[in-house]
Amino acid sequence: MSSISVIFNGFRVPAIIVNASTASTSPLVSLRDVRFAYGERAVLRSIDLSVHRGQVVAIMGGSGCGKTTLLRLIGGQLRASGGTVEVEGRDVARLSGNELYALRRRMGMLFQFGALFTDMSVHDNVAFPLREHTDLPAAMIHDLVLMKLQAVGLRGAAKLNPGELSGGMARRVALARAVALDPMLILYDEPFAGLDPISLGIIGQLIRRLNDALGASSVMVTHDVHESLEIVDYIYFVSDGRIVAQGTPAEIRASNDPFVHQFVNAEADGPVPFHYPAPPIDSLLGVEGA
Amino acid sequence: MNAIASALRHIGALTIDGIWRLGFITRFLFAVLMHSGQSLRRIHLTIRELYFSGVLSLLIIVVSGLFVGLVLGLQGYDILQRYGSADAVGVMVALSLLRELGPVIAALLFASRAGSAITAEIGLMKATEQLKAMDMMAVNPIARVVAPRFWGGVLSMPLLAALFSAMGIFGGWLITVAVIGVDDGAFWSQMQAAVEFEYDVMNGVIKSVVFGTVVSLIAVFEGYDCQPTAEGVSRAITHTVVTSALAILALDFVLTSFMFRG
Repeated sequence: MSSISVIFNGFRVPAIIVNASTASTSPLVSLRDVRFAYGERAVLRSIDLSVHRGQVVAIMGGSGCGKTTLLRLIGGQLRASGGTVEVEGRDVARLSGNELYALRRRMGMLFQFGALFTDMSVHDNVAFPLREHTDLPAAMIHDLVLMKLQAVGLRGAAKLNPGELSGGMARRVALARAVALDPMLILYDEPFAGLDPISLGIIGQLIRRLNDALGASSVMVTHDVHESLEIVDYIYFVSDGRIVAQGTPAEIRASNDPFVHQFVNAEADGPVPFHYPAPPIDSLLGVEGA
Repeated sequence: MNAIASALRHIGALTIDGIWRLGFITRFLFAVLMHSGQSLRRIHLTIRELYFSGVLSLLIIVVSGLFVGLVLGLQGYDILQRYGSADAVGVMVALSLLRELGPVIAALLFASRAGSAITAEIGLMKATEQLKAMDMMAVNPIARVVAPRFWGGVLSMPLLAALFSAMGIFGGWLITVAVIGVDDGAFWSQMQAAVEFEYDVMNGVIKSVVFGTVVSLIAVFEGYDCQPTAEGVSRAITHTVVTSALAILALDFVLTSFMFRG
C-alpha cells in the first residue's frame, strides 16, 4: 500500500490510500455498461470507456448525445441509472457526500464558459480552491496563484475582474483555477466552444502541456475534431447513447467507419441524418403517388 | 363534464405542486441551518452580506422612514386635534411605527431591494454555472453562498426596522413639533409614558426578526431553485418580491392577533 502524496504540507485533505499494485495498471476512470435517462428520455444506453493515467481522452458526438452527461457522471454530479462509474477504482455512485467531496478535491473541471466567480478578481478566482481547502499562508497562496496564472500566460491579468476578460482569457483563467490544487483528473466541458482560432490553439496546447506537467489525466468533451486530434491520446465517439467508434488519432484519421467519416469531414448527412424523424413530405403535401 | 374534470385536475396539480414546494423549502431551510456553521466560523462572509443587505439598504430605509413619519405626524395631528388631544400625537406616531409600520414597511422595502438582489445574484450564479463549479471544487454552495446571505438578511432586518421606526419618530417630531408647534415636552413625555418596552418595542422586534427570516429564506430559495435562464431568473425575482409581500402581510396579521389581543 502507498499513499498518494499531497502537494502541500499544509494541505488539509487526508491522503487517499490506494493499492500500489493496481494503481499503475488499472484505468483511472472506468465506465462499464453505464446507462442514464432524464425522466423517460434515455440519454446513455450502454457506455464502456476507460481513461488511463497520463492520457488525454476526448469524447465526441453530436449535440445532445450525452457527452456532458458523461462528464457529470464521472464528477458525481449525476448518478447512473445502471452500470458503474469508477474513479481510481472507487464507484462514484456509492460514495458518501464527504467521500465524494474528498474525491473532487483531486479533480479539476473546466466549464464551457469558464464559470468564473464574477464577484472576485482573476487572482481571487484562482486562489479560491487553495483558500477553501488548504491552510497555506496568504503569501504562499499569492505565489501559487501567480505561478498558475503564469502557466496560462495571464499573470499580468491577476487584478482584472472576469467581466474585463475575453472569452479565451476567461477560459484560461478557469483552467488555472481548475489546476490550482494539482488534480489527478481534469474534466473539460467543451473547452473550445466559441473561441477564435488563436485562443483555440492556445487552450488546446495548454490542456496537453498542463496534463503532462501535472502527471494528470484529462477527459475532454468537444466537437472540435481537428484541434482534438492534435492533442489527445484517445478518442471515443458517442451516438445514440452508445460508443460507436474509438481509437487513437491515427486510427481515427484512417477510419472508414461511416459515423467517424461524417463527423471528421463535417458532412451534413450520413449515419447522423440531416432531417429530424418525420413522415415523408409527399404524404404531408398530398402528392403521394403523383 | 370534461371541463370540470380538467379544472379539478388543474386544482389538484396546483395543490400537489404547492405542498411539494412547501416541503422542498422546509428541507432547504434545514440544509441552510445545518450548513450555517461555516457562516459563523468564517464571519467575514456573513459580514460582507450584512453590508450588502443592510448597509446598502440604509438610504431607502432612512428616507422612507422619514416620509412615513412626516405623514403620520400630519394625519395624527389632524385627527387628534379634533378631540383636543394633539399632544398625544407622539404616542400615536411611536406606537404605529414600533408595533406595525416599522417592521412591516421595512420588511417590504427590504424584500424589494435586498431580497430581489439576493435572488438575482444566486440565480445568475446558477445560470452561469458558478454554483456547479463551486460544487465540483468540493465547496458546498449552500454553506458558501446561501447561508451567509440568509444570515446577513436575518441579522440586518431588525436593525433596519429599528432605524425605520427611529427615523419615522423623528419625522413625526419634525412635522408636529418643529413645524406645527405641538409642545415638545408633551410629545416626548407622553410617548415615554405610553410606550412599554417589552410590550410594544420587543413585539415589534420579534416581528422584524420573523419577517427577516421569512424574506431571506424566500430570497435565497427562489434564487437557488430558479430555472438557470434569463427568463427563469427574472421570474424568480418577481416571485421573491410578490411571495415576500404576501407572507409579510399574512404573518403580520397572525403575529398581531397573538401579540396585541388587548
